[in-house]
Amino acid sequence: MASTTTTAVAPVGISGQTLARTPVKVAAADRASRSGIWVGLFAITMSFMAFTSALFVREGSLDWGHLVLPSILYLNTFVLLASSGTFELARRHMAAAAQGRIQSSELGKIWMLATLVLGFGFCAGQYTAWQSLRAHGVYLATNPNSSFFYVLTFIHVLHVLGGIAAFGYLLLKTVLRGASVWRSFLENTAIYWHFMGVLWVYLLLLCRMKLQ
Amino acid sequence: MGKFFAVVLVVIALASAYPIVKHHFPLPEDISTHGHLIDKQLHETMVEAGIAFVGAQLVLALFLWSFTGRKPGAPLKSFPGGAKGLVIFAFVIVGLEVLALGVLGQKAWASVYFTPAKADALQVQAQAEQFAFYFRYAGPDGKFGQIHPEKIDEGNQNYFGLDPENDVAARDDIVSGELVIPVNKEVHLMLHGKDVGHSFYVRELRIQQDFVPGLDLSVHFTATKTGKYEIVCTQLCGLGHYNMKAYLNVMSQADFDAWLKQQSQ
Amino acid sequence: MSESSAQQAHVHAPSTGFWRKYVFSLDHKVIGKQYYALALAAVFTGMILSWLMRIHLVWPEAKIPGLELLSKAGAPGGVMTPEYYLSLLTMHGTLMVFFVLTNAPFAAFGNYFLPIQIGAEDMAFPRFNMMSFWITFLAWVVLMLAFVIPDGPPIAGWTEYTPLSAIGKDAGPGMQWGASLWGLSIAIFCAASLLGSLNFIATTLDLRAKGMTLMRMPLCTWAWFITSCIALLAFAVLLPACILLILDRHAGTSFFIPAGIVASDRVQPHSGGSPLLWQHLFWFFGHPEVYIAILPSMGIVSHILINSMRKPLLSARVVIYSMMSIGFLSYMVWGHHMFLSGMNPMSALAFSFPTLTITIPATVLTLIWLGSLYGANIQVNSASLFALGFISMFVSGGVSGFFLAQPSIDIYLHATYFVVGHFHMVMGVASLFGVFAGTYFWFPKMTGRFMNEGLGKLHFWITFIGAYCIFMPFHYLGLIGNVRRYQSFVNDFMAPYIPLHKFITIAALITGGAPFISLINVVQSRFRGKWAPEHPWNATSLEWSIPSPPPWNNFGDRHPVVYHDPYQYGIKAAKGDFVMQDSPEQVPAVGD
Repeated sequence: MASTTTTAVAPVGISGQTLARTPVKVAAADRASRSGIWVGLFAITMSFMAFTSALFVREGSLDWGHLVLPSILYLNTFVLLASSGTFELARRHMAAAAQGRIQSSELGKIWMLATLVLGFGFCAGQYTAWQSLRAHGVYLATNPNSSFFYVLTFIHVLHVLGGIAAFGYLLLKTVLRGASVWRSFLENTAIYWHFMGVLWVYLLLLCRMKLQ
Repeated sequence: MGKFFAVVLVVIALASAYPIVKHHFPLPEDISTHGHLIDKQLHETMVEAGIAFVGAQLVLALFLWSFTGRKPGAPLKSFPGGAKGLVIFAFVIVGLEVLALGVLGQKAWASVYFTPAKADALQVQAQAEQFAFYFRYAGPDGKFGQIHPEKIDEGNQNYFGLDPENDVAARDDIVSGELVIPVNKEVHLMLHGKDVGHSFYVRELRIQQDFVPGLDLSVHFTATKTGKYEIVCTQLCGLGHYNMKAYLNVMSQADFDAWLKQQSQ
Repeated sequence: MSESSAQQAHVHAPSTGFWRKYVFSLDHKVIGKQYYALALAAVFTGMILSWLMRIHLVWPEAKIPGLELLSKAGAPGGVMTPEYYLSLLTMHGTLMVFFVLTNAPFAAFGNYFLPIQIGAEDMAFPRFNMMSFWITFLAWVVLMLAFVIPDGPPIAGWTEYTPLSAIGKDAGPGMQWGASLWGLSIAIFCAASLLGSLNFIATTLDLRAKGMTLMRMPLCTWAWFITSCIALLAFAVLLPACILLILDRHAGTSFFIPAGIVASDRVQPHSGGSPLLWQHLFWFFGHPEVYIAILPSMGIVSHILINSMRKPLLSARVVIYSMMSIGFLSYMVWGHHMFLSGMNPMSALAFSFPTLTITIPATVLTLIWLGSLYGANIQVNSASLFALGFISMFVSGGVSGFFLAQPSIDIYLHATYFVVGHFHMVMGVASLFGVFAGTYFWFPKMTGRFMNEGLGKLHFWITFIGAYCIFMPFHYLGLIGNVRRYQSFVNDFMAPYIPLHKFITIAALITGGAPFISLINVVQSRFRGKWAPEHPWNATSLEWSIPSPPPWNNFGDRHPVVYHDPYQYGIKAAKGDFVMQDSPEQVPAVGD
């Protein structure tokens, strides 16, 4: 799990330039940020477990109804998982470019851009799902099923937007400024992003099984 | 100063234990059939906790007396048995205690919660609201009328939102501000929360139970002594919480029947 | 998420400029001090609130000077209304539990000393660290706003049980906007706390110096680490709970509000919600929270005791495992706050067993502390007095928990002053004793000067004796059935006990003077205290191997190397009877 610097004595950044930190400090900082991302994901999991248990408790009440899930959700799922795919492609390209195994990182940057677009696409799709529910008169407080649907999907989107913000920062540094970025930052963002995909699949299944 | 600390500890330990040992804060008289189990449990726990408390403070005092202000270079000693002995002691002694209290303590809890109310228990409904208790008896027909929240009208004393015009069962329901019950007869008290969380507590009955709006909860008990006892609310319910109380009035069976008859008229 | 860009040689650059140096500092030491300052503001506010409550309880008609300025509606003519008593009660609990007991022993001292004690230059994520403090500060501001809004602070207690806290203004004064500010403040606090815990965990796992194995970390570092693990999971559950509460209050949802509630003559437009759901979510956080409050103090007290006794504990490893067990068990017991709540009575027994079981590691710790004192050479000073006093207070507060862990006894003692006495002794006193001990002990490290010993001892004696005078009687009052959260005692059976309440109030007013003495001591000593030598306590852990106060990057350009555990005391060595952790000097092989 701990990322390591390249085999060179002096640590090398994502775009191949030499870095000023000592190997010991770089390795430690990389390990710490890797731990940090997993710890953060653990906390996010706990929060969604809390929402899940709230759902199970609430389900026992007489006013539990039915919610027809907007069909665009399935398209959104595909888009989000596709973005994980493009992110992986981007990540491998950038790593290869940094290690000098391929000539340029241009293709990697294109995959990163694709990920960003797909990420925004997912958020837009979720917004469309909410709009479609509203068009049918189903709002946050309409019934407990809708309450949970809106809460779970909204909070998930907030986390995805957080990932987009980090990703946007990453993209900016790599593409526009040409500055080096720690490989660990890219990898940690990837872990977070993939987790958002896994979390979404879980939430979708939960909504399908419990809210419909 | 270490020795002074030791003395202070001894004084505090003994002064704290004194009111307990001398029964200066006695439990109120027990007027229930199950209360003696709780009282016994409490007493046993008090003895054990008391020994642990006084013992620990005295040991601390002893060690402070002996091991502060020593000459520089005084030899250091290690507690015989070291950590291992103490860990074993903690597991065995505390473990046994915990097991004993946990297992034996079930009896009191079970008698209140795991035994259902007798079939012929007197059914009374208690409603808790901001900031009063009201009690409802089924009346001669033995049936409780339905509660209609939208019909609740404090001004007209329709606390339970009954609809006697349309609901036959509600017509003979008796509503009282006092919980009147016959002595030595089991009572099945059904708890209904009107607005927010409240709790029903009668010290002498050794009964305490929260009202939860939306949940049908109940307790059952048998009072063994006539008299008036205070019912107080113990779950924070708003600005009148401190003053939210009613009386439990335990009467002889004959007096109770007479009271019930009088309420019906 | 690595913090620095490639060009920086360190985790962060040395601070320049007023704002970066003193306000938005990335330096964990400054952030630690900021948390401490916030906790100080909160504790004095909370204490004054408790004075107001105690005065009102025994002299309800008293005109309290200045109170009308705080709230015209709450105290017309300076006489407190019943609802304002509950407002003050709610704010007292919220401030003390969140902004004092989570901040001071954990965030303040932990932030300052954890990186140093493991040989690191700073926390893993200094920017997140800075953010976590300022977000905590924002949470505090939002909470304090409840004092200035017209309707006043909420009246539902720090536990904010639903439906009282969820239905809005029909529930009573303070429940329209005050309760919403509470929910928002705590939600913000949760986010800040999660960021903080993230830092502690990642730093402890990954930034330890060479030779600093986990088992060689000081006991206070262990306590902070375990606490941060507990806090991560606990606050991650409270945050969703607060979000759902805010939605019930403002978005018309019904997570916690059932159908058919009639409040203020209005049928509330909700249905299907579960008041017990709030209690479960809240106490799932709330019980670990109280261990978050006490564990750091256990660690700090152990650390200081060892130094004062000039010998290690009988077994540091046992202490570590005990703290871990407490942390683990803390997640299995939350239902003991809900024995009478209407949950399944079988669950009550299920929760009772782990609750009683927690007595075992707590007893182990107490016995280790006591047993270690045997044969020691205890140095008495302000720091060690508070550390020793902690043991006494922890025992006192702990044994009353023994009663409350049993559901049958809880039938009688629930919601009485017995409970209030229990949690005040463990949290309000014992936990704070750890903070006081840490303050006296580490003041020379943080400032290079000693605190005044005379004032310190005075602070201790007033607090120690005073706390017993205040809180021991609470247990007796609980035994006779004195119900809590009452603004006045109007029950027939309470009449004979009013004089005891008066005694408690007077004791509280006198004892409350002690923290002021301590505050004067802190301020005075900061500028005019006696200069401390390089080794003021002849202590061994890494914080004592660097200058006082420490430089911005703690260890300068060197990478500290650790050779053994931090409790080499009571041996014949070059510097005296101790060997510092980063000294390669040979130490006798010990069991642990």
